[in-house]
Amino acid sequence: MENLRNFDQVCAILKEHDHNPNRLIAILQAVQDVYRYLPEEAMTFIATSLGIPPAKVFGVASFYAHFTLEPKGRFVVKVCDGTACHVKKSNDIAEALRKHLGLTPQSQTTSDMLFTLETVSCLGTCGLAPALVINDEVHGLQTPQSAVELVSEIQARETAVHA
Amino acid sequence: MLETMTLETLKSNHDRCAEKVTKRIIICAGTGCMANGSMAVHDEFVRQLEAHGQRAMVVLDKPEPGYLVSGSGCQGFCQMGPLVSILPEGLMYCKVRQQDVAEIVQESVLGEGCVERLAYKCPDSGCTCKHMDDIPFYHRQSRFVLQMCGFLDPENLSEYVAQGGYFAAREAATRKTAEEICATVLESGLRGRGGGGFPAGRKWEMARVQDSRKKYIVCNGDEGDPGAFMDRSVMEGNPHSVLEGMILAALGIGADEGYIYVRAEYPLAVARMKRAVRDATEAGILGESLFGTGRRMTMTVVEGAGAFVCGEETALLSSIEGNRGMPTPKPPFPAQKGLFGCPTIINNVETLATVPLIFRLGVERFRAIGIPSSPGTKTFALTGHVANTGLIEVPMGTTLRHIIQDIAGGVTDDHGDLCGTDFKAVQIGGPSGGCLVQDHLELPLDFDSLKKAGAMVGSGGLVVMNRSTCMVEIARFFMQFTQNESCGKCVPCREGTKQMLALLTDIVEGRATLETLSLLEEVAEMVQIGSLCALGKTAPNPVLSTLRYFRDEYLAHVVDKRCPAGKCAALRTFAIDPETCIGCGVCKRKCPVGAIEGSPKKPHRIDVEKCIRCGACLESCKFAAISA
Repeated sequence: MENLRNFDQVCAILKEHDHNPNRLIAILQAVQDVYRYLPEEAMTFIATSLGIPPAKVFGVASFYAHFTLEPKGRFVVKVCDGTACHVKKSNDIAEALRKHLGLTPQSQTTSDMLFTLETVSCLGTCGLAPALVINDEVHGLQTPQSAVELVSEIQARETAVHA
Repeated sequence: MLETMTLETLKSNHDRCAEKVTKRIIICAGTGCMANGSMAVHDEFVRQLEAHGQRAMVVLDKPEPGYLVSGSGCQGFCQMGPLVSILPEGLMYCKVRQQDVAEIVQESVLGEGCVERLAYKCPDSGCTCKHMDDIPFYHRQSRFVLQMCGFLDPENLSEYVAQGGYFAAREAATRKTAEEICATVLESGLRGRGGGGFPAGRKWEMARVQDSRKKYIVCNGDEGDPGAFMDRSVMEGNPHSVLEGMILAALGIGADEGYIYVRAEYPLAVARMKRAVRDATEAGILGESLFGTGRRMTMTVVEGAGAFVCGEETALLSSIEGNRGMPTPKPPFPAQKGLFGCPTIINNVETLATVPLIFRLGVERFRAIGIPSSPGTKTFALTGHVANTGLIEVPMGTTLRHIIQDIAGGVTDDHGDLCGTDFKAVQIGGPSGGCLVQDHLELPLDFDSLKKAGAMVGSGGLVVMNRSTCMVEIARFFMQFTQNESCGKCVPCREGTKQMLALLTDIVEGRATLETLSLLEEVAEMVQIGSLCALGKTAPNPVLSTLRYFRDEYLAHVVDKRCPAGKCAALRTFAIDPETCIGCGVCKRKCPVGAIEGSPKKPHRIDVEKCIRCGACLESCKFAAISA
């Protein structure tokens, strides 16, 4: 929470966008890149700095799927459920990962804050369906087994680092 | 400084450098190939060439002899990636891995041979296709807008100029009036590639006649349709063609500022468009003085934030202004009152990338492609159960059969094996479109014939489905999507899609009656008529079109409580094959409701009355004795 009281980075982002309320979406994107989510304090701070109501900032943040109001895991796994992936059984992949990570339909993030599992509507890599993305890295032609292996590899690497 | 450079100098500098290149190695750097490790292949080529004491260049900026190793945009044949081509021979290699590079360098770069094991093999004839032009997937297409994607280095402005780029825009800026530009586009008969097929020239003309000092041009790169990636590929593969189209559009309506709205899910497209804008500005093409005419022309890349509805014009404008992306009623049309209240035209990426080609080749040559009511070509994202998935481009009016049989290489079963008779349907136009069936195989794909068949071109996603696909489940899938993406502004869409989704869920879960079907149709009609924007108006299309062509499948779900494709979990009936069952008893122990009975070492049996269709037995059986 230490860095939340210090808005230096947010100020720098606001300055970069000339404190222009029309750039609100770009500002929120940059702020989310810093915190990996949009903390309420940061949104209020942005609203005050831009001279717009906090409700407007919250309205925009809650409208777009790209924004998250809750902290996400360090590895965000997005399983594509676009049409092409769907007809090639992307559901089974999401289900296998959910089981592997011990997640319920209500919880998206593991308790150790390592993984967040999401399904997205289309990554545009339909030629490689079914596909998934782990932190912006695309993995195509997946099966439930290969997806679980990818995640297990990260888990093993992380445990090794901490041990 | 670059500013004083004319297009001619850029071109002649580039040509002088290109002359010296011994061979050119092109590695596809589209999202698909990059996911399969094409960048490692790229770097390995440089390393291998240097190890052989050769000069390897990654950017063509010096007139010195050597080998050019360049990336390209998406070449379309994503399934076969990473793709590597060697010029001037025109060899093409598929699924190239880092460890294959040494052999390719030895054989085809330093030598004149071909590594046959990496060449494409035709699955039906078994013959080896050494050259790109030999591969049926390519030689049966007409690549027009995509022609340069897959060849050009998208991050090199000079290369675009060298093949004739920006000359048309400069001529328009220096010699043509806005009226003439609009007239040319109108005459070409170009129709918007983003969905509805509205004539681009009419849209431009409408904005041109508006009396306003400030006007805007917006490029719609918010390609949100699940199953479509044409715009992504154009932005990644030939970003300058989009910019040139935007300059021509801006000149046509009298705008001096443009925005390129790209979805956030396409990070590579965002990066390449930003780079293109920067390079064009540095070269004095864009900026305070367009081609040195003293006329201001600026372009800005804006990233979306994940809202499908922002593909709708008015919602997109609202999003650029920093608001929630909600549509507003039309009229006033954006051409009259758009971005920040000024006349604005919004064109799709593919439409804008077509514009420079019309000016370069002339209206006559453009109109010679396609059919009179829809001239030109259309790109489609070909996916689903077909042998060759990827990005294709064909003249308007091409038949579905040609695309599926000749280009896509035929329909496959669930294991990816070719099977001639398995075609069931094609979903075209994503969640706003409809499905086409066996009877439509001879239907020419163009705006008007598709509309008559109850579907639409949409942005151009073509998802081919085989017999194992449940059409009711697909309709439910699309409804789930539109319901999620409904912005919530107007009641018919917000509540209607929710009700339709609930009714469809009832059908796939076996709770529906015949009344559900008539209610579904009634709600669908209401949503179609009453919604504010195209998202709502077209949301019922997948439901209505599946109801039209697969009513028997709906009836099987509703009346017989049976899913003909065996996909709907709640309607599956589990049975144990007494021949295969060895009576191990694992399924009996796994069954949460005690629906399985049988003595050890004897075939077991499932009590259908007690069974809750959870599938636990199916998963637990090691002998594949249980079927659903």
